[in-house]
Amino acid sequence: MTVKVSLTVNGKPASAEVEERTLLVNFIRDSLRLTGTHVGCDTAQCGACTIHMNGRAVKSCNMLAMQAEGADLVTIEGIAKADGTLHPMQEAFRQHHGLQCGFCTPGMVMSAIDLVKNFPDPSEELIREQLDGNLCRCTGYHNIVKAIKAASQTMRS
Amino acid sequence: MATPYIGASIKRKEDYRFLTGAGNYTDDVALPGQTHAHFVRSPHAHAKIKSIKKDKALKAPGVVAIFTGDDLAGAKVNGLPCGWLITDVNGQPMKEPPHPCLAQGKARYVGDHVAIVIAETYPQARDAAELVKVDYEELPAVVRAAEARKNGAPVVHDIAPDNTCYVWGLGDRAAVDKAFSGAAHVTTLEFLNNRLVPNAIEPRAANATYSRADDSYTLYVANQNPHVERLLMTAFVLGLPEHKVRVVAPDVGGGFGSKIYLYAEDVVCTWASKQINRPVKWTADRSESFVSDAHGRDHVTRAELALDREGRFLAMRVTTTANMGAYLSTFASCIPTILYATLLAGQYTTPVIYAEVTAVFTNTAPVDAYRGAGRPEATYVVERLVETAAREMKMSPAEIRRRNFIKTFPYQTPVALLYDTGNYEATLAEALKIADVAGFQGRRADAARRGKLRGLGYSCYIEACGIAPSNVAGALGARAGLFEAGEVRVHPTGKVTVFTGSHSHGQGHETTFGQVVADRLGIPMEDIDIVHGDTGKILFGMGTYGSRSIAVGGTAIVKAVDKIVAKGKKIAAHLMEAAEADIEFKDGAFVVRGTDKKKAFAEVSLAAYVPHNYPLDKLEPGLNENAFYDPANFTFPAGSHICEVEVDPDTGTVNIVNFTAVDDFGKIINPMIVEGQVHGGLTQGIGQALTESCHYDKESGQLVTGSYLDYCMPRADDVPTFKVGTKETPCTHNPLGVKGCGEAGAIGAPAAVMNALTDALGVRDIEMPATPQRIWRACQESKMKKAA
Repeated sequence: MTVKVSLTVNGKPASAEVEERTLLVNFIRDSLRLTGTHVGCDTAQCGACTIHMNGRAVKSCNMLAMQAEGADLVTIEGIAKADGTLHPMQEAFRQHHGLQCGFCTPGMVMSAIDLVKNFPDPSEELIREQLDGNLCRCTGYHNIVKAIKAASQTMRS
Repeated sequence: MATPYIGASIKRKEDYRFLTGAGNYTDDVALPGQTHAHFVRSPHAHAKIKSIKKDKALKAPGVVAIFTGDDLAGAKVNGLPCGWLITDVNGQPMKEPPHPCLAQGKARYVGDHVAIVIAETYPQARDAAELVKVDYEELPAVVRAAEARKNGAPVVHDIAPDNTCYVWGLGDRAAVDKAFSGAAHVTTLEFLNNRLVPNAIEPRAANATYSRADDSYTLYVANQNPHVERLLMTAFVLGLPEHKVRVVAPDVGGGFGSKIYLYAEDVVCTWASKQINRPVKWTADRSESFVSDAHGRDHVTRAELALDREGRFLAMRVTTTANMGAYLSTFASCIPTILYATLLAGQYTTPVIYAEVTAVFTNTAPVDAYRGAGRPEATYVVERLVETAAREMKMSPAEIRRRNFIKTFPYQTPVALLYDTGNYEATLAEALKIADVAGFQGRRADAARRGKLRGLGYSCYIEACGIAPSNVAGALGARAGLFEAGEVRVHPTGKVTVFTGSHSHGQGHETTFGQVVADRLGIPMEDIDIVHGDTGKILFGMGTYGSRSIAVGGTAIVKAVDKIVAKGKKIAAHLMEAAEADIEFKDGAFVVRGTDKKKAFAEVSLAAYVPHNYPLDKLEPGLNENAFYDPANFTFPAGSHICEVEVDPDTGTVNIVNFTAVDDFGKIINPMIVEGQVHGGLTQGIGQALTESCHYDKESGQLVTGSYLDYCMPRADDVPTFKVGTKETPCTHNPLGVKGCGEAGAIGAPAAVMNALTDALGVRDIEMPATPQRIWRACQESKMKKAA
């Protein structure tokens, strides 16, 4: 059985006909061809698929596409300004070498933006604790933590 | 004035695409007519395959084709080759059982590939795979290295009835035995080096397409060395003409060794793309990665160190059993031998060493190189022995090391390597300072007042990077060359495209190599692009593993750049009517020495492509050079790690309160990138020590730790903010003076952590990973001992 899913992605309306069992992440990657959102596990542990839904960070592998009917989604492709200027969080990751292979990065950035929204002035300890839902195998988290701390300052000012 | 690139923390060129979701990983590639594959895998560790019925599955919605081992055998598809021949202690070649791309008659580990199901969509392929009926007859399985050679152990391969791949030795056994008999003190340790799953966050993936127009194939694959993948696949497995296969490894989401190898899935997708004349894509889910990626480590070792009364090392004797898994992965055989036993001298003048390594087959996934590959295992042996000896002899761990450091170079070790340069006292001294070791006793006392146990541990590692030279490696059993290739293509306007056989899967080569070329040519980095990962574009390449990229790949590029400059001088001499010998290349311009006459780099490149005023009788037009570089020796990065832990004896939890790493990587091109490599390596090393363990059930052979819910990957709150420093003794045999930095953290960290932890707990040894349960138990045991 297929079902039509219509929603808003990065400010634009989008819709596609998918099987009922289609996960939101597959809808985003395969139907909408927004391949910046990644799949790194099958148990909702790695966080590479993190997006924003109605202003909250969610793991898009952990829900069905049809559960997002009518929702307002933002993916990594929708974070920078239209002229290509990076979001302060993206810029902080670049400045502080918070990424290496880039695979966990989209989910990490989406989680980090949400983190700073919830905790505008996070301590290092709090950042480490809050990053619990995102795995990175390259950076040892050291520079990710630095980047988020720096971005929290830019985003406040 | 030199351009300021080498030595500067230039922000990475690759980051913009990764940060905006514009990276292009294998699973992102969608081809016209795309089909999707799912592999039927053995649910049993060891089983006879009596029959495979696929008729019901073939009728399922969307199914395009299903192939089994019989289909591959019928098409004369060979098994996967092993790239390194080890010769055993009796001069006999290792046992090399066939490694079929789809199981032939038997499945030998949980996850062994039995059939491929190809359908219009991935869910259809997965559904249909459930309908493939495989009739298995279960057989008893053996999963632990220590049990593989016991009498009556299940036999994995008939050609190795004792499950032994080889027994291999290195060093002078008689001299070692003699030194032990006269030693004042002997320290002995027995331990497991725990099996790990590499876990690059991008799972393995392959997408193959066939073109009837010219009978050619293109394979997109998450791989660290596309030319090696192509060579092995065409020449050894599929028997295809090499020039008809293009292998593209686009953006690759981490490798850590696990994407070096030629895997069955890559071969089967490529072969099947011609059978169905449509592109075939397979992407592992994480559960598949756990059961089918090559794992790392898994050694059982007994190690002994003989010392004189003053704590000088007299000899070392090491006996290791290494688990190869069910089949020999591409470089499996050389990891616990050539890349392990040769490192047992560490940073010390131990005059005689003997190592004996027994490699065994078990009913587990194949084991191969994982970040460090043999060298973390060697460092663990050496540094655990040294620290334990210091404690037993009541010497300071720093002093016993200093007393035994190699101080003059070059230094020939008793285990085959010739260290060209190093300064071990300098890295240790710096680490002692950064870690504030002087203040440790105070911190320990303070922790004790809070009911906590503090410990300090050292690890002074050595690494050998960039296996070389090829002829020596060949004599040791390598079935491949170990050079690297580079090409520098200067365009008419002076812009430059560099093609490298190295592959970046997180290391930032587009930036680091760009810095090297920009400095060498005196042009801005914006004018240079680094291209990698495509056999259709790059002349050849051996790829990226063993921290070889800058030392080997970077040098090949430097050699090609130097040829560009040499040709440019000839062109400039003609343009300025000067003698070639009078031309010097400086700050991006060709200058007539002692005059103000000069030609910019772009003027010379334009003349090369618009050769109107040009010595056509003596010089070919164009400005494009390539180079192959085969190093004269390994490079030898080394360093000192100091770890400080605090243990809560009531819960068994351990907190790494301080981790210091001072490394000597020779010349550093981009300090920011190098530090990032160290942080990542340290975290994987800490993961091995404290959290990660790949566990197979002893009876059923099932992988118990098959997901991120069971296999404990280090998370952000498991690791500290690291303190890193560097010391620099340039490599003596490559023009950049570079050594490599990719694996150092993973090599040094486990011993530092475990030395700190055993110091905190006051115990001789504790098994890795030192989980809270194990630590708590150790605390209870020592409490009981004290009470008794």
